[in-house]
Amino acid sequence: MSALLEMRAITKTFPGVKALDEVNLTVRQGEIHALVGENGAGKSTLMKVLSGVYPAGSYDGEIHYDGALAEFRDISDSEKRGIIIIHQELALVPLLSIAENVFLGNENARNGVIDWQGTFQRTEALLRKVGLREAPTTLVDKLGVGKQQLVEIAKALSKEVRLLILDEPTAALSEADSQALLDLMLELKVQGVTSIIISHKLNEVRRVADTVTVIRDGSTVSTMDARSHPITEAAIVRDMVGRDMAHRYPERQRRAGEVLMEVSDWNVWHPEHVDRQVIRSASLHVRAGEVVGIAGLMGAGRTELAMSLFGRSWGRNVSGTVKIRGQEVDVSKVDRAIAAGLAYVTEDRKSLGLILEETIQRNVTLANLQGVSSGGVLNENAETEVSEKYRRAMNIRTPSVFQKVMNLSGGNQQKVVLSKWLFAGPEVLILDEPTRGIDVGAKFEIYGIINELSAQGKGVLMISSEMPELLGMCDRIYVMNEGALVGELTAAEASQERIMSLIVTE
Amino acid sequence: MALAEQTGGETATKSVGDYLLSHLREYGLLFALIAIMVFFQIVTGGTLLRPVNITNLLLQNSYIIIMALGMLIVIVSGNIDLSVGSVMGFIGALAAVLIVNMGLPWLLTILICLVVGGLIGAAQGYWVAYWKIPSFIVTLAGMLVFRGLSLWLLEGQSVGPFPREFQTIANGFVPDIFPAAIGQALAPVFDARQVNVLALITGIVAAAIIVWGGMRKRARNKAYGVVDEPRSFFIARNVIIGAALIFIMYKLSTFRGLPNVLITMGVLTIIYAFLTERTVTGRRIYALGGNQKAAKLSGIKTERLTFLAFVNMGILAAAAGLVFAARLNTATPKAGFSLELDVIAAVFIGGASMSGGVGKIVGAVVGAFLMGVLNNGMSIMGIGIDYQQMIKGLVLLAAVIFDVYNKSKQG
Ligand SMILES: Nc1ncnc2c1ncn2[C@@H]1O[C@H](COP(=O)(O)OP(=O)(O)OP(=O)(O)O)[C@@H](O)[C@H]1O
Ligand SMILES: [Mg+2]
Repeated sequence: MSALLEMRAITKTFPGVKALDEVNLTVRQGEIHALVGENGAGKSTLMKVLSGVYPAGSYDGEIHYDGALAEFRDISDSEKRGIIIIHQELALVPLLSIAENVFLGNENARNGVIDWQGTFQRTEALLRKVGLREAPTTLVDKLGVGKQQLVEIAKALSKEVRLLILDEPTAALSEADSQALLDLMLELKVQGVTSIIISHKLNEVRRVADTVTVIRDGSTVSTMDARSHPITEAAIVRDMVGRDMAHRYPERQRRAGEVLMEVSDWNVWHPEHVDRQVIRSASLHVRAGEVVGIAGLMGAGRTELAMSLFGRSWGRNVSGTVKIRGQEVDVSKVDRAIAAGLAYVTEDRKSLGLILEETIQRNVTLANLQGVSSGGVLNENAETEVSEKYRRAMNIRTPSVFQKVMNLSGGNQQKVVLSKWLFAGPEVLILDEPTRGIDVGAKFEIYGIINELSAQGKGVLMISSEMPELLGMCDRIYVMNEGALVGELTAAEASQERIMSLIVTE
Repeated sequence: MALAEQTGGETATKSVGDYLLSHLREYGLLFALIAIMVFFQIVTGGTLLRPVNITNLLLQNSYIIIMALGMLIVIVSGNIDLSVGSVMGFIGALAAVLIVNMGLPWLLTILICLVVGGLIGAAQGYWVAYWKIPSFIVTLAGMLVFRGLSLWLLEGQSVGPFPREFQTIANGFVPDIFPAAIGQALAPVFDARQVNVLALITGIVAAAIIVWGGMRKRARNKAYGVVDEPRSFFIARNVIIGAALIFIMYKLSTFRGLPNVLITMGVLTIIYAFLTERTVTGRRIYALGGNQKAAKLSGIKTERLTFLAFVNMGILAAAAGLVFAARLNTATPKAGFSLELDVIAAVFIGGASMSGGVGKIVGAVVGAFLMGVLNNGMSIMGIGIDYQQMIKGLVLLAAVIFDVYNKSKQG
């Protein structure tokens, strides 16, 4: 097969950072090419170079596409040539219908008047193709992330796509949705669409990829061809981190102490649909030094439970009690919940966790400004020291803590959110999908941090959609389904099958 | 990814350019102000920087600057206040009615007016903060309401004049605390009739404090390895600012000395710069404007902060109203008309962002002066109000375009 795309010696520098250093990437016609590497390795940047987000002239090196030198000035330029990128942050307009979104900017119109009939018909055909069973008139707002992802792909297909780029498409998807998406990719491959997929989920990479290119520190490390010999996850990991990783989960002394947090009879109603009860009399506890997981499918109510506990940040008519070390505490406002010893690391770091325009330093100290001030006056030296400490401890890859968070790669942004909450010094840390979009090496580091916290006698409550992670890390796992805790398993009892069967039997 | 240390040699040579690029906005503002002053100084044949004109310039712009301080906070918090011009006019009217018509003591009147300003801010802030009604709408309504109230209060008439003491808020000067003999002795040196030693010394001390503060910050940055302003820039910037300050104060000292409003403005600017840059409350305001949801989830009382931003704005609008009334020595129903636009323009020229979370007090003050110098210079040149408006509008547009362009280049 011939090469559809060849990127040669691409170098891209930002002030103070060399994000890409002579990267080479060759993608053959009709294959699925996986791009993997640690957080901040430069994957997203490379794809932005390719799609014209960073226009020709702002980088060094050459892009050969379809046999000719390509110099894209912007995204629409590359789209014209059939290169379509789906960024990790979905770019749909929530209050428009599926059909309107699919043809946004590419409207099916004659003399500026939209042909709705044709639009709906074409949308329906596209939705069938991507396997989404929704009416074209449904508002995107009403769809879950998995379905929104499919709408994005339908949108891409509406544009005569030749090279489809998916940047971490499954990071926010449930297991089932991810599988469906991967199947779709394989299906598109049969139809002749070439794709590039960026993912930190190596099992998925192994499943779909024909070729894997590993990037580390802005350079190409290796390219593996699945057809010549099967690619193992271990081989990918070794190239990604530059060393062998024997274990995915660090060792830990399990030592649960007294009950640290106890939640009883927690009920929450939906903020808009007032008659819908989202959490039904949930009761749970976390002991000192314990890592407790909450398993469940997307939409089971895990995030809603966590956020309602944390200062009633979600829902209405919240009722129930929370005790810390046996004392009932007031968690009705976020600042009170923090004072009571809770911290909540959100799953949605960009819109709920970070102030993207601000520096790392200012994000890290935000939840505990008292800790770096006296009499209401900030001590900037202390701030810098604190954030430097976390930068080193968490291994946040950045030239300095004065870098804007916006300019960090996804995984490093996650570490900033974690740092912020660690600095708040909580007793009980609630982690909502703490390793979403994080590379294997950094995951290991984060697991290490969790273990360290539990060794210090803190309690950790961890929500995760990745079951192996829960099984590898937790002392106890609650299983949640449709707003209720339907089961509880100790580490010894727990397995994927048992968790699934608890969800299904309810 | 390769960190800066690893690409050492290359970044060292690039860093001056990088630094200039990423701070273009701040230098741009400063140099724009200087360029405009030099330009008008030349075309007005030296009138712009005459002591009497500098004094005028300060008085004319004092109320804009006072309100710009509050507006910056409102805008950084992600809101806007369109009512400040009307509130200012209303407070002036209230002061006139209380003092002139009802004969209340002027100090008590000042107090009442500031409290009323705070209440007005609270009334508007309440809807914005706790009912989540867009500030644009609430304060647009406020603008109409308070414009109407001033008319009603004054019954369509101008009310004045104010007692002498009240006038001195705006038109008074700080008496020289140094023996007159020193001033007289210095006079021949400067070729002036008299010299206000206090003004001169204030200028020198203020310049020294600014330079000293800058050096301390620089030392701190160095200790923490921050990519810092290149040495040449630092020296040039401080020399220019220090020299300009001393020069202005020297000019003032050869006239009537320090205007009272200059002190008010100076003190307020320092307080608000400190509040926004160095305090926990200030930091939280930026966080609120940067990402309200994330701020809330970090335990910040976002509603209360928004509310307080408006209360503060109301108090400052009241202060501005008092200065304005005192300066004109009458309250007129038209006072403050469309002044909110000048205030908002000053804040945006000063680099604040419409979407919140970005902006500096010093920027807003410089932005206000920039507009002030433009106004003043064009008036001296005899340019009609029609052209003045157009030019001001284009300056605002240019500043914001520059901002956006600058940002897109870095991104
Ligand atoms: N606009 C920018 N300004 C400065 N540095 C940037 C900018 N964009 C990216 N970087 C830096 O370039 C490097 C590569 O970032 P990139 O987003 O490509 O990483 P990634 O491989 O996609 O990581 P992740 O898996 O975490 O998404 C990072 O160190 C990042 O901090
Ligand atoms: Mg990325």
